[in-house]
Formats: sequence, C-alpha cells, structure tokens
Amino acid sequence: MRLDDRTLTEEGLAPARAGRVLLIACGALAHEILALKRANGWEHLDLQCLPAKLHLWPDRIVTAVEEAVRTHRAGYDEVFVVYADCGTGGALQEKCLELGVGMVEGPHCYSFFEGNAAFAATAETEFTAFYLTDFLVRQFDAFVWRPMGLDRHPELRDMYFGNYTKLVYQAQTEDPALDLKAAECAARLGLAYERRFTGYGDLAPVLAGVAEGFSGAE
Amino acid sequence: MADDNDEIILSELSDDELVLQMHDDLYDGMKEEIEEGVNILIARGWTPYDVLTKALVAGMTIVGADFRDGILFVPEVLLAANAMKAGMFILKPLLVETGAPRMGKMVIGTVKGDIHDIGKNLVAMMMEGAGFEVLDLGINNSVEKYIEALEAEKPDILGMSALLTTTMPYMKVVIDTLKEKGMREDYIVLVGGAPLNEEFGKAIGADAYCRDAAVAVETAKVYVARKHNQLSA
Repeated sequence: MRLDDRTLTEEGLAPARAGRVLLIACGALAHEILALKRANGWEHLDLQCLPAKLHLWPDRIVTAVEEAVRTHRAGYDEVFVVYADCGTGGALQEKCLELGVGMVEGPHCYSFFEGNAAFAATAETEFTAFYLTDFLVRQFDAFVWRPMGLDRHPELRDMYFGNYTKLVYQAQTEDPALDLKAAECAARLGLAYERRFTGYGDLAPVLAGVAEGFSGAE
Repeated sequence: MADDNDEIILSELSDDELVLQMHDDLYDGMKEEIEEGVNILIARGWTPYDVLTKALVAGMTIVGADFRDGILFVPEVLLAANAMKAGMFILKPLLVETGAPRMGKMVIGTVKGDIHDIGKNLVAMMMEGAGFEVLDLGINNSVEKYIEALEAEKPDILGMSALLTTTMPYMKVVIDTLKEKGMREDYIVLVGGAPLNEEFGKAIGADAYCRDAAVAVETAKVYVARKHNQLSA
C-alpha cells in the first residue's frame, strides 16, 4: 500500500498483521516509524496508524487508541502506543496504564523530536514559537490553514498568530524542498523562520527499546 | 445564516426586526452591518446598555450556544467576536457617559508560558458586555503579575486561561500562592481553556471551571451574587 499523507491524515494505516509487537501510532509519525523500522530491520514490529487528523480534536485520541488496543491486542505479544500526551491532559497516559500498554513520554511530538529534555530546557524562552514537523509542513493546509479558516478569512491570521514570533521547522530529514515549503508557511503566517534539524529525536531510542525488549520473542 | 440576495436596508427595519437582523449579522461576522445597526439604534434613542445587551450580547449568546453544540467553529466565532468588538467600540464611551449596571470587577489573564488569548479575549469581551469591569492582563502572566493586579485593582473575580497542557498546571501555582498569602478567599477564581475540565478546576482549588465565554459570564454572575449576599448577611 502506498503511504500518502492524505490517507494518513484522513484514514490512517491498517496493520499488516505481521510481527509480534504492534505499534499504534499517530498517522503523522508513519513515515518516521517506517524509516526507523527499515533502517534497523525491526521486522517483528507491525504498525497501525490512527488518522493524523485526530489531533484537531485531542479528546478523541484516547477513545481511538483504546479501541485500537482492544481490537488488536489479542493478535500480538505486545502493544505499544506511539503518541505522547498530545493535548489529552494526562488522559492518554491514564488509559495506557489502565490497558497495560506503554506509550511515548513527553507532551507532544515537537518535544520528543527535539528530545524531551532539550525541549523542556527551552520552554522558558521558546513559548512564542510555532512548530512544524516534516509531516506538518507537507500537510500545512490540512492541519493549519484550512481548519483555522484562513483559506476563507485570511484576516483572522493575526488573531491566531499575533503573539507568536517565529515558526520553527523541526526537520526529521534533509529535504531542501520541505525547507522551502516551511519557509513559505512561515511567511504566510507572518512569522520569522528557523529550520532546526532534529532527526527522529527521542523516537529512535524509544522504539529501539520496544524492539529490543521483544526481539527474543521472534 | 442570512442568505437572501435581496439587500436588506437596516434603517428601514423596525426596532424588533433590526435587533433580529443584528443577531443574524453577528452570527455571520458582518462587522460593518453591526456598526451600522448600533448607530441606528442609538439614533433611535435606545440606551447604549440596551443596544449592548439586546442586540450584541444576545446575538453573541446564540453564537456561543452554536459553538458549544458543534454547529459553529472557531473561525466563525472569531468573525462574530470581531463584529461584536466593533459594536462595543462605538458603545463603550457612550456606556461610560450614560452609566450601566455594574456587575463586578474581574482581572483576567493567560498564564505564564502561554501566549494563547483567543478564548480569554472572548471571555473578557462577554464579561464586559454583561456589565463587568474587566482588567485584561494579556498573555504570559507570572504569579507576581496576577497578585500585583489583584492588590491594585481589588476585583471580585480572578480569571485564568491556558491552552496548553504544559501551562495549565501554573494555575495551581497562582492559587497556592494566594492561599499562602491568605488572599485566596478574597477572590472568586474562575479558570478556563481547551484542555481543562471541571475535575481539574476542582483539583487545583479554583471556584469553577468555565467551558466557554457564556458559561463564564453566568458563573461569574452566580458567584458574585453569592458573594454579595454573604457580605450583606
């Protein structure tokens, strides 16, 4: 199945039903997780993605994750949730504890891509930054411009973004075209632009831990 | 809402028709029409307070209810708020001149580390519309700034807002500091913001969590009335 961003945004990705460990992830992380899987040969990890658009209504994330865990857990030795708190105010963590599954630490993907410790260290000085990842740069219109009504009412821009000072593009990959697009996004929002290469940040060691923890189950 | 092709001449409408039309125009975020409607009603001898409450606040209450019910979304609410703000801009100096019932005073601000102010601005505007005097501290407020404002302004209500799960715990820092200073009981503390809920409000020791601007106004009225009753008992 070809992984296009629109499908990841709207529908997510069904598990291949191959492997002993199921990762239940946000669609916005699919490319990064599959890249890590390929690079490390984690054949025993299967991936299911929930629609990335759930982020537009964080309260729906917990229900969707719970449903996915309950639907699929019997077919795997282990399930791991590849979401951070993601605006659920601790509710996702509570649910994962209740279900007995692990999840990624941190408030959101901007934090774990940058590294939770590094991100927390900049909290005092960078709270006027608006962040985009590779996925969000590609899907800027679907996740930012259109849901905020800026396609229909550009005059609202400064009501949303007037207190921000810069757009930080947290780059997971080296891609000049995305860099250009992110700079355009910053200009559309009237913000200064900064590109910051993060790679996969904490996601890589977290998934390595999951993969290694269950490699013996192969 | 209004989708007629026939142009409506506001000045030709009766008062009742005009007020209903203004509710529609507010709903549709039509700033110029709201300004025109406000000026017409004032010219017809309406008190600024009646224009504010019957045309603007009542219209915005419909917007708030439809937002709560998922019929309207944030962009539409912002457009409506902009239209109401334009109407209030005309009315504010007139309200000062003519006097209007004062419901109480509120100090409001977004907490430290948080720059989001859309909801907070809406609450401030609706509170003003309901007759509260509002001192808006803006965004990124430290506990020191809140306390300084409370001591200087002696409001009835402290309102705190946060949009981020990472910043909302700061509300507890403010409330705990008020307790330490023996000031907590002097104020009604209302909290709000997208990631909050009633449980969180209770856990941090706020008087109430308000899910939207309309609820904030109603909650404020109830608590202020209760406070005044206690004082006069």
